Amino acid sequence: MMSIGKSIYRKEALEKVTGTAKYAGDFSKAEVLHGRLVVSSYAHAKIKSIDTTAAWTVQGIRAIVLGQSFPLTGEEIKDRPPLAFDKVRYYGEPVAVVVADNETIAKRAAELIQITYEALPVVNSPREAITSGAPLVHENLIFYEKIQHVYPEPNTNIADRTKIRKGDMVKGWSESEVSVEASFSFSPSDHTAMETRCVTAEINRDGKLVFSSATQSPYMIKKLMNDYFGLEPGKVVVRTPVVGGGYGGKVAVQLELIAYMATQAVGGRTVKIMNTREEDMISSPVHIGLDATIKLGCTKDGRLKAAEILYLFDSGAYSDKGATIGRAAAVTCTGPYFIENITCDSLCVYTNHPYATAFRGFSHSEVLFAFERTMDMLAKKIDIDPMQLREINAILPGQTTPTQMLLNNSTVGSLPDCIQRLKQLMNWNEGQRIQVSDHLVRAKGISCIWKTSTIDTEASSGVNLLFNIDGTVNIISGIVEIGTGTKTILAQLLAEKMKMDIHQIHVKMDVDTETTPEHWKTVASRGTLLAGRALLKAADDAMSQLKDIASRVLICSPDDLEVGYGKVFVKDEPTTYLYIKDICYGYKYPNGYSIGGQVIGTGNYMLRHLTHLDHETGVGKPGPEWTVGAQGVEVEFNTQDYTYKIIKAYSVIDIGKVLNQKAALGQVMGAMSMGLSFAGRETYVFDDEGRVLNPRLRTYVPMRYGEHPQYMIHFNETTHVDGPYGARGIGEHGLIGMPAALANSLSVAAEVDLNQLPLTPELIWKTKESGGTK
Amino acid sequence: MLKSEITLYVNGEPRQVYVRHTDTLLHTLRENLGLTGAKPGCLNGDCGACTIDIDEEPIKSCLTLSVESTDKKITTVEGLQNAQIQKEFIKKFAFQCGYCTPGFIMNCNALINKYPDADDAKIKDWLESNICRCTGYAEIEEAIKAVLTKNQQGLSS
Ligand code: FES
Ligand code: FES
Repeated sequence: MMSIGKSIYRKEALEKVTGTAKYAGDFSKAEVLHGRLVVSSYAHAKIKSIDTTAAWTVQGIRAIVLGQSFPLTGEEIKDRPPLAFDKVRYYGEPVAVVVADNETIAKRAAELIQITYEALPVVNSPREAITSGAPLVHENLIFYEKIQHVYPEPNTNIADRTKIRKGDMVKGWSESEVSVEASFSFSPSDHTAMETRCVTAEINRDGKLVFSSATQSPYMIKKLMNDYFGLEPGKVVVRTPVVGGGYGGKVAVQLELIAYMATQAVGGRTVKIMNTREEDMISSPVHIGLDATIKLGCTKDGRLKAAEILYLFDSGAYSDKGATIGRAAAVTCTGPYFIENITCDSLCVYTNHPYATAFRGFSHSEVLFAFERTMDMLAKKIDIDPMQLREINAILPGQTTPTQMLLNNSTVGSLPDCIQRLKQLMNWNEGQRIQVSDHLVRAKGISCIWKTSTIDTEASSGVNLLFNIDGTVNIISGIVEIGTGTKTILAQLLAEKMKMDIHQIHVKMDVDTETTPEHWKTVASRGTLLAGRALLKAADDAMSQLKDIASRVLICSPDDLEVGYGKVFVKDEPTTYLYIKDICYGYKYPNGYSIGGQVIGTGNYMLRHLTHLDHETGVGKPGPEWTVGAQGVEVEFNTQDYTYKIIKAYSVIDIGKVLNQKAALGQVMGAMSMGLSFAGRETYVFDDEGRVLNPRLRTYVPMRYGEHPQYMIHFNETTHVDGPYGARGIGEHGLIGMPAALANSLSVAAEVDLNQLPLTPELIWKTKESGGTK
Repeated sequence: MLKSEITLYVNGEPRQVYVRHTDTLLHTLRENLGLTGAKPGCLNGDCGACTIDIDEEPIKSCLTLSVESTDKKITTVEGLQNAQIQKEFIKKFAFQCGYCTPGFIMNCNALINKYPDADDAKIKDWLESNICRCTGYAEIEEAIKAVLTKNQQGLSS
């Protein structure tokens, strides 16, 4: 192998450690105007009046934009005005944007805008939202435009419902000798990318709308501007430089819509809007919350027979991605186990909370927390080792998923192997709970994981390869470099395929939708599969062009030629060759005749045979393959004051093929850290009026240096036939079992069922005091 | 709005800037001097993305006024010349999106210079002022420890 598997440094490394990498907020020019949001101070209220008189007296104000009744926006249901109109539905919702000569002026004017509200009763949790008589977040749900495969329930707070109906529940329960039922809940939280969302927008003289945006989905912006505002797709250009972290949060198209309205209001002049941290945390979309109830049945010897599941996702005030998240949750509703009989209702529910968008793992860490906790409760009830319960039920090739997709050796990795390996790594046989001293115990907990992606069935990616005169290649792909290093992986794939030195490959980091082939969205751990396959196809294209030119010079069939090591050579006689640099811009014969031209390789890839889910049963194929794994956490817990330290965190993941060892480790480690942080400490705190009490990093506290555990990571490799060199998606998987594993370890340590997040010492204390959750 | 012309000593050069008295050093570095290595993350002292070194101490430039930074030696990430810590950040994969990186590097850099024999507790004490959302922090730990160990070996040999 030339390049695959090696720990190649990321292509943009030097720029990043020298501070020269430019992010969206780093570009500035003197004539830029600044937009500043005015946000709601109520979670649910009627807007009685907005008085802008005082704001207009500030010198340097260029425009004040207020909400309008049209257009309504939203990816599945059009339920959201970009700026609130008529009423506000969450605390922090943008109500107006002030455009001014500089940030200081904009801020001062924004503070002078007087809004009079009339408070409305607040929906403060999904369970509350679905009770009859709950206040409606959207009275007009029935009238909203929507895509075909979303099912809002008029006159309720239910934006969508996905149903899984597999097998026969009567049979399932009759075969179950033991059952448990439990409820789980956690509030919305945040992505907290270190770079807050930032966008500039301008409209050129020829009517072209140009964005520069910190986004994970530049092409989606282009598409949605057409959908929402009727703009010609060719007249919308989105430029995206490197992005300072996304984790799903920058998938949402939100600030761009406001920036468009702002630039329109000032005759197309450039307007920049950069979220403050507080706005980024609650005005822009957040990480979804969940209320869940799970009932599981099994035989005495631990074979799962029935699962009855209710997921109530807290989509907040709008359904934007919430509906898709609810659907993805249904697809993986049981964790990676084979269960014959399943019913699941996964609901996307409106509340008066900040609205949700994708979060790394896309419903999986959330669902697995609930499901894998239930697995531990069941194991305890039938007095079986929790690791063994998972071994018995681990899903295998030849079995079907909740959406009745039949798995094979390629479409699912080997979960039993992952479990075996985890057992060794964790030294599981020494026991799950060990008393270290009077008040100190060490405890271990585990979670199995699986994930496929629930993405657009027509998601596709394109790659262009441009040769330079010295035989080096530029890779041009629409993947956004959000930190995952996927563009470096593309370079590795090309180096491998063309047997060339990785240093001869240049990667264009910025994306410009006008010149860069489309990559659907940089999400769902699908960059490597989609863009990787497109790249391999582009490489094939380039190589056949090179062979074509070489065959005419070497006077042989192109079939007799091979490309590698900077040459095109005769397979049978490698000493007969041409240098790529001498033919990649065509070839010139001694007499001056020339053939060919610049070699430009192009390739694209679209996922095959994906389907929508059947609305009544959930039957369908939503994603290409399942990455599986087994994870664990070991904590040191103080039984006196309920504080704890996470000592070790483990991941064994079937990655298909390791493309870049250290990059893969980094992806998994980072994801584990984020999962532990979410599970242990991150949540928005809402008061009774639905206001967020902690929208800043002093009171919302992600994990910091020194709080991190020792990470133990191992990769198994079961080939995914469709994946480039057999690789599977990996960007999110380190995260998704962490909340469950942490909760399971602490439940063992504290000897009480911990079914809420975040797992703070206070929560453990309260649960202990109240005699445990039900 | 009061404005003054001041001289800042940034990365070894005197730079004249015309600033509002309320301008933070972060703002001046980024908007007036085009030094965008220091990043805004919270403008509140909570995240460390804006960390620079002033007179060899790591300082959050979002909490520092430009007018109080005259006559001081200001170093931003752009001012580092092939520092060991930069190399180790690359080798140990100690960043992903890179947004927190200039702040972390400047904090590490000051720590390395000031406490070449820093132990785990000292490192934690210093680095917990910065947030990274991409890495698991273990990579950053490896990077700074690699520099500290190399320096110590260099000293003793
Ligand atoms: S921007 Fe200065 S600490 Fe966050
Ligand atoms: S590398 Fe992205 S926040 Fe640290």
